[in-house]
Amino acid sequence: MKLNVNGRVHDVNVEPEMPLLWVLRDELKMAGTKYGCGIAQCGACTVHVDGEAVRSCVTPVASLAGKKVVTIEGLGKPGLHKVQKAWIEHEVPQCGYCQTGMIMSAAALLAKKPTPTDSDIDQAMTNMCRCGTYARVRTAIHSLAGTKVAAAPEAVEAPNGQKV
Amino acid sequence: MELTVNRREFLKASTAVGGGLALEFSLAGAAVAQPALAAPPEITHWIVIHPNDKVVIRVARSEMGQGSLTGLAQLVAEELECDWNKVTTEFASPNEHIRRKRIWGSMSTGGSAGIRTSHEYLRKSGAAAREMLVSAAATQWKVPASECTVANGVITHGPSKRKVSYGKVAAAAAKMDAPKDVKLKDAKDWKIAGKPLRRLDVPDKVLGKPVFGADVQLPGMLHASIVQSPVFLGKVKSVDSAAVEKMRGVKGVVKTDTWVAVVADNWWRANQAARALKIEWDEGANAKVSDETIMALFKEGLSAKELPSARKIGDAPGAMAAAAKVVEAEYYSPYLSHATMEPMTSTAWFKDDGTLEVWTSTQNGEASIAAASEASGLPLEKCEVHKTMLGGGFGRRGAPQDYVTQSVKIAQQFKGKPVKLLWSREEDMQHGFYRPASLVRMKAGLDADGKVLAMHTTIACPSILALLRPEGIQKGIDFTAVRTFSDATYQIPNQQVDYAMRNPHVPVGFWRAPGLQNAFYRECFIDELAHAAKKDPLQFRLDMMKPDDKNRVVLEAVAKAAGWGSPLPAGVHRGIAQSDGFGSYTAMVSEVSVKDGAIKVHRVVFAIDSGYVVNPAACRAQAEGNVIYCIGQLWQGHTIKDGRVAESNFHDFRLPQIHEMPPKVEVVLVPTGGFWGGHGEPGALCVAPSILNAVFAATGKRVRSLPLRDGELKA
Repeated sequence: MKLNVNGRVHDVNVEPEMPLLWVLRDELKMAGTKYGCGIAQCGACTVHVDGEAVRSCVTPVASLAGKKVVTIEGLGKPGLHKVQKAWIEHEVPQCGYCQTGMIMSAAALLAKKPTPTDSDIDQAMTNMCRCGTYARVRTAIHSLAGTKVAAAPEAVEAPNGQKV
Repeated sequence: MELTVNRREFLKASTAVGGGLALEFSLAGAAVAQPALAAPPEITHWIVIHPNDKVVIRVARSEMGQGSLTGLAQLVAEELECDWNKVTTEFASPNEHIRRKRIWGSMSTGGSAGIRTSHEYLRKSGAAAREMLVSAAATQWKVPASECTVANGVITHGPSKRKVSYGKVAAAAAKMDAPKDVKLKDAKDWKIAGKPLRRLDVPDKVLGKPVFGADVQLPGMLHASIVQSPVFLGKVKSVDSAAVEKMRGVKGVVKTDTWVAVVADNWWRANQAARALKIEWDEGANAKVSDETIMALFKEGLSAKELPSARKIGDAPGAMAAAAKVVEAEYYSPYLSHATMEPMTSTAWFKDDGTLEVWTSTQNGEASIAAASEASGLPLEKCEVHKTMLGGGFGRRGAPQDYVTQSVKIAQQFKGKPVKLLWSREEDMQHGFYRPASLVRMKAGLDADGKVLAMHTTIACPSILALLRPEGIQKGIDFTAVRTFSDATYQIPNQQVDYAMRNPHVPVGFWRAPGLQNAFYRECFIDELAHAAKKDPLQFRLDMMKPDDKNRVVLEAVAKAAGWGSPLPAGVHRGIAQSDGFGSYTAMVSEVSVKDGAIKVHRVVFAIDSGYVVNPAACRAQAEGNVIYCIGQLWQGHTIKDGRVAESNFHDFRLPQIHEMPPKVEVVLVPTGGFWGGHGEPGALCVAPSILNAVFAATGKRVRSLPLRDGELKA
């Protein structure tokens, strides 16, 4: 079948039920989209299908005929997407494994709701992060909505003389 | 295709390749080859400087999200006085490490020890390189080195105003001998270290560019999915793989005594086929083990006679008998998965030239290469391990190298082709090295004024060391099972800490902050004692501390920052806890409300004294991560049933999510200097006790067993 990923049409010869995730990772060799659970729980595999955030680990490739898939590799082209810039600015990632899915979810949320509330964020950002980057995820999303976010704390002199 | 693997060899390799010990044995017979000196010039073994002034700093520890890749480089760069904007990093090669007689020191990344155990040799290496570069410039200019200064990677000769950049003199400097003694800077004068510099790994991570172990792609690579005995230590009785071998893309089935793997041209195909295997297991007597039998074992442990003591001060039982009031409580914690977002994974490739290459997410490159060597039968110097980024570690990817061993055994049957083993989430969750479950009884005697005269603690807990590093057990004591009690700084005149090592067959390992259950028990019990003594929990703790106890510094700092004693919004209550660990001193105040039985954490204030702070921004991120990681303990707990872990994926072992992150996590850094402590784990210690002490303040209910039961806190 023909599969449109990041604006490029690929010919893929796989079982129709193969989840998009494994077509991306093992057939098209695009490893930015991650495997975390295989049951649509963790969101590490999130991509956009016609602009919607979708869990690619449970999306059969056959369901994507005529649709447009965007992955982390194609999100910001050319350059960085604003969500990626905010992620750098607020230094969101720790290990980074879940972050590509997290960024795809945030980009889809902001495309629909440019000024999401905390509750909107809670509902849309169901991605799991074991390192615990959630506070920064929220801050980075709010910063893109123009909401004022708390600045990093001022450095003060510590007992050992360091300014931290 | 029927492939068998020698059982004894497999078991030996898979049980406990702890790095150090296995490596020493293997090294004894290994010829050490001459180091291959890399061009561009290596000034010291940690530092390579290109002619264009680019500085490459080598990193021996792993980067699993904690940020020490950046922090370690900051320490080197600080003394090197190079231009931070020209710094990049590379992981030191485990193979070269062995050939150069372990020149990069420990590669182990755990115990929050990356920075605190290597800061000195890293800074000295940076300082030595700086002196060599200056000396090379001075020699070239024929001036005394003492007339030269350095800043930002540029050497200046004061009297003549001549300047040269590091890159121009790097080749000459590399030929010089490193100075023996170098003076290190005072932390007050740091310009690169100690600053909240941006992490070097973040820009690539937002693009999905870094290669995690699961992302390795090699020409002609095959994919493997594994099925391990659902009952730990079970054996394969029979495998019917006939149908599976006809499935699309399947290249072969690897059968061993304890697991079966399917190799295919795509991981989904391998995994579909693995799930379709018909395997009969010999589960043995362990199939009868359950939470109930484990609890019975622990209870028996608590009442056993003549247990080894991890601490004995004064006469705790005697003083207890004379106490005006005795308080006693039993606390329990369940087994917990690490649940790294990236499941266990390793890629192995037996090359045509007789070497073996492995790519893996590892917390210890040395342990990985030892496992690869042992599993393959190849000498260490014929093996190489490429350390990838880790999709989380938290202790799962350190001492146990089971997944490396398996990948080597699988690839051995496909010589000449790289094979990537990726565990399914189900395999990952059901074949961990779990945070041990434990049952602890604490008993304290108070005098008429509420002063604690005696405390007697008995700990029934499986031993991590017995499984992973048996040589670490001293007189029947596994220090990871007793710490926080055995080394408590509270001035209680009579103390006894007894340890009942009880080892069910469930594998245990180093979870984030190994032993942190004890901080939960101790600090909640101290809260119980404070209430029994009718004293303020903060003052009660301070009254038991020596004036120079560093725990006092953080306790006072956290109380001040949290506004201990000040009014709170209606329904919100505070809890406090303190504990040292992993080289640092910590204290935490949590503000919590309980509504309809549900706990909401509104604010967490955390104070930490780590002696020095190398990257304040990364330290704050670690604290934030620790808080939410450990909030998960409130509801997470594995069920052991029929000898296996019942939970299989994130639907029944739920990770904390964004709505559970406290809106405020405030970090108070109070480094006092003179020692080096860690940050990756200390922030985990006080999360459960500070929250549960606040829950008591809110509800009057003492939570002594985790996870919380349904409806436990409903009014």
